[in-house]
Amino acid sequence: MEQPGQSPEAGDRAPMLACPVCDTLHAEPEVPDNHVAQCRRCGHVLAAPRENAMIRVLALALTSSILMIAAVLFPFIDLQAGGLQNRTSVLDAVLAFSTGLMIPLSVAVALLIVLIPLARLLAIIYTLWPLVRGAAPYPLARQAFGLAERLRPWSMAEIFVVGVAVALVKVAGLASLSLGPAFWAFVALVLVTVLQDNSMCRYTIWKSLDRPTR
Amino acid sequence: MEIAGQTDALITARKAGMLACDRCGRAHAADVAACNRCGARLHARDMASLQGVWAWLLAGIIVYIPANVYPMLRTTTLLDTSESTIVGGAIELFDHGAYGVATIVFVASILIPIGKFIAIGYLAISLRRAGVLSAHSRHRLYEVVEFIGRWSMIDVFVVAILSALVQLGAVATINPGIAAVSFALSVAFTMLAAQSFDPKLIWDADREPT
Repeated sequence: MEQPGQSPEAGDRAPMLACPVCDTLHAEPEVPDNHVAQCRRCGHVLAAPRENAMIRVLALALTSSILMIAAVLFPFIDLQAGGLQNRTSVLDAVLAFSTGLMIPLSVAVALLIVLIPLARLLAIIYTLWPLVRGAAPYPLARQAFGLAERLRPWSMAEIFVVGVAVALVKVAGLASLSLGPAFWAFVALVLVTVLQDNSMCRYTIWKSLDRPTR
Repeated sequence: MEIAGQTDALITARKAGMLACDRCGRAHAADVAACNRCGARLHARDMASLQGVWAWLLAGIIVYIPANVYPMLRTTTLLDTSESTIVGGAIELFDHGAYGVATIVFVASILIPIGKFIAIGYLAISLRRAGVLSAHSRHRLYEVVEFIGRWSMIDVFVVAILSALVQLGAVATINPGIAAVSFALSVAFTMLAAQSFDPKLIWDADREPT
């Protein structure tokens, strides 16, 4: 509720919103907290702001970045078989493809499971930090949030965690395994990310960014 | 055409001669180049954008072939070396009695990719020819494809983890096979195909007759 409602006499100068799904035009709604605005044609949720959502998302993003650092640095899985031991970190999983033709795949895996999720988190923190404090957005906030949105499908940390589970079953018969702290950090990271993406109302954030930057 | 705030007839931004921002949804006059809220470039949608969809889809299907032909994993133990393809890996898991995981692998690396090829192709064709499915269910299909497509990448991650983990010298070593690269490419290409498909086209085609 940053901007006081558009007065009716603003007429056809009032900002319009097109449903991102079916393109139906709506007057840009002023949605109170904990209410939902839906498209009148296809029912797509246009806006669903929640109380204190921004500070919650910011807190979750900060949590995730700390977890991400822990997940990369600590040992991930310990494997023992026949007196031999191999301790693997996320970094090792990334470097698994680092021979010959598969180097690009190594880079891609690093991007998908560590770098892109991290970039998204930083962009979201950068966008929301001033907004939560009621200040004007940072100059590059729109680009940062746009980037975070575009990278969303490419951030695959949660898929990696399920991949780990599958891999564990595959080697379970071969050797004895123990999970390191990094594994649990990654699991927590996934849960926090899901929570964060669900409590974020994109429309509200875009609307809050629609002000002069500092 | 009038654009009043509270008309009861629902019109689209396109009918009103406006361009909607793909990123934040704000509608603009047709001659505006970039969204004045989020800064995204505005572009009118047209059927030509389908070329991009077909191109990515075709690329995805082509690289999916070597992904299935070549080995995904090479396992070396004291006694022998074995190579397994995607299908082979799933069957092996099934033989070991790990039905749940075998199902995950089978669904993620075979059913989902092929289902995606079919779904994207169907959606693109259905724009020109009225199909059986309503706009609503076709849009639902699109959302499912967008949501689920990324999960195919799981097989690549499994290979990465296994190859990093199982490096026990002479006892057992697992190395990635070249199929991992083409499989990852196939997943990425189909994701790009889904992203370059503009779901609003589904609703345009649906509305045209009226």
